Amino acid sequence: MDGVDALGASLVAIRALSKYYTRGDQVIPVLVDINLDVRAGDFVALMGPSGSGKSTLLNLIAGIDKPSSGQLLIAGVDIASLSDADLAAWRAANVGFIFQFYNLMPVLNAFQNIELPLQLTSLSRSERRERVQMALALVGLVDRQDHYPNELSGGQQQRVAIARALITDPTLIVADEPTGDLDRVTAGEILALLDRLNVELGKTIIMVTHDPKAAEKAHRMVHLEKGVLVDS
Amino acid sequence: MFVPLLILRNAFRHKLRTTLTIVGIVVAVVAFGLLRTIVDAWYAGANASSSARLITRNAVSLVFPLPLTYAARIRQVPGVASVAWANWFGGVYVSERNFFPQFAISTPTYLDMYPEFLLSPEERKAFLTDRTAALAGRKLAEQYGWKVGDQIPLRGTIFPGTWTFTLRGIYDGADKGTDQSTFFFHFDYLNETMKRQFPRRGDQTGVFVVQLKDPQQAAEVSEAIDATFKNSLAETLSETEKAFQLGFVAMTETILLAIQAVSFVVIVIIMAVMANTMAMTARERYGEYATLKALGFGNGFVAFLIFAESMAIALFGGIIGIALTFPLARAFGDAMGSLFPIFFVGEQTVIMQIVAATVIGVVAAAIPAWRAARVRIVDGLRAVG
Repeated sequence: MDGVDALGASLVAIRALSKYYTRGDQVIPVLVDINLDVRAGDFVALMGPSGSGKSTLLNLIAGIDKPSSGQLLIAGVDIASLSDADLAAWRAANVGFIFQFYNLMPVLNAFQNIELPLQLTSLSRSERRERVQMALALVGLVDRQDHYPNELSGGQQQRVAIARALITDPTLIVADEPTGDLDRVTAGEILALLDRLNVELGKTIIMVTHDPKAAEKAHRMVHLEKGVLVDS
Repeated sequence: MFVPLLILRNAFRHKLRTTLTIVGIVVAVVAFGLLRTIVDAWYAGANASSSARLITRNAVSLVFPLPLTYAARIRQVPGVASVAWANWFGGVYVSERNFFPQFAISTPTYLDMYPEFLLSPEERKAFLTDRTAALAGRKLAEQYGWKVGDQIPLRGTIFPGTWTFTLRGIYDGADKGTDQSTFFFHFDYLNETMKRQFPRRGDQTGVFVVQLKDPQQAAEVSEAIDATFKNSLAETLSETEKAFQLGFVAMTETILLAIQAVSFVVIVIIMAVMANTMAMTARERYGEYATLKALGFGNGFVAFLIFAESMAIALFGGIIGIALTFPLARAFGDAMGSLFPIFFVGEQTVIMQIVAATVIGVVAAAIPAWRAARVRIVDGLRAVG
């Protein structure tokens, strides 16, 4: 797909996107001329060997890094042109993050961790409470809401992270190796949960993974090698 | 409630580290407060002095006396309301360690001039009608367990012999800045005894205290008094009571400067320790700050979290330090006895302690907060795992 029509039809539309770092006089390319479309409701697995640029691509899509050149539209918004403050507000409203190491606040319990993104909204306390209870029920952790991260297993922590990613009802969920720190059984449970989010709630998910088994859950696999999209 | 909760829990996440930091701040704030109180105590005499009183002494040195006949001539100087006189006695009570100031004073003029020494009418009358009577400040009386009616012997060092006084009154201070550690007795008792035993030393006094009609005329009246005795055998030097007191302080100015410098060095040291703690804390949490930013919290919020945590620790330590300064200063003042007749923690000291604790908190957080606010999300996230 090409041109304005294509940009308009996709939730994520990437055109001629490049990212490189400079070290002194040396230019190190990380992503080269990437073109990619992700439709709303897609579940995309970004795959590739270490150093292929998949996490960088995910970071760019999530708006936590900026491209060196090219166009990056998410739901029609050119996020590369946003200021840092606008980009932060955009992320709060549109992106749910799931990290490999869960990235929960250790001083907050499960309930408070899930509630965290809602602190940036104008919801009342009772509305926030209601939403958190729903998210806890969805990830099956109602009875663990008062537990702190160090009192939860890896799988439970990742469920809390998923609930936190969902809580603002974001346009897009990005997951960076969500099962990378989990055993196979727990990883299967987390992937099943992501699949439910995609199928039942219609969430668009872009997931970076090394694991072919995990990638099988996705509708579509995108392969990167040395910063170049080789297969999508 | 979310933000205060996050700040407090973060502050006490590493309990031992935070406790040790707070202990450090408490020690620094207490040390700062005590050192400032010592400096204040040094200036207490000058601060408590009245601008409506002059001290006239021998121009050569305080050691040399002035003739009593000067009193009548000083009284005639325009602008002078009344004249009293006092002489340093320098006696020893039981042992040399029991130092306290003793003055032979003209009565009743001296007491009239110092309304800040509060005495009941009965005690005042008893003092004035007994030539061997003495008055003691409340603090001094309590220190030695004296009661009205007690006989108090002083061994003279400047004025030979053992002088026994009857305590006829215990005075209180009009405010907490009034010296309550001085011992007063009748100048006439001293003078008559000296005239009898050493006639050449009679009718002389150490200083004249001059009550002004108008405090604004202090300079003019001082000049006029000194001009009156120009080219006499005992020329005078007149100055305000405050300037007179500051003259004593000036003798130890270097020590005072050293104490003041140490008080600030203590704060600078704890500032460096606290800054190191906050830098360590912030560095450990770069991943968390990056996560907060990824979730949509701004750089300012992250910087605020660090600032608020630093301020919470510093102010918590500061408040405990201020609270402890009062009993410690009291104990220190009691231990020092009459070396520091006025020793209390002043309002200004407390304000300076609060400012010091605040500055510690702000300075310690400044660089870590700036760095955390600037850390790139992708770099911060790499720190996790």
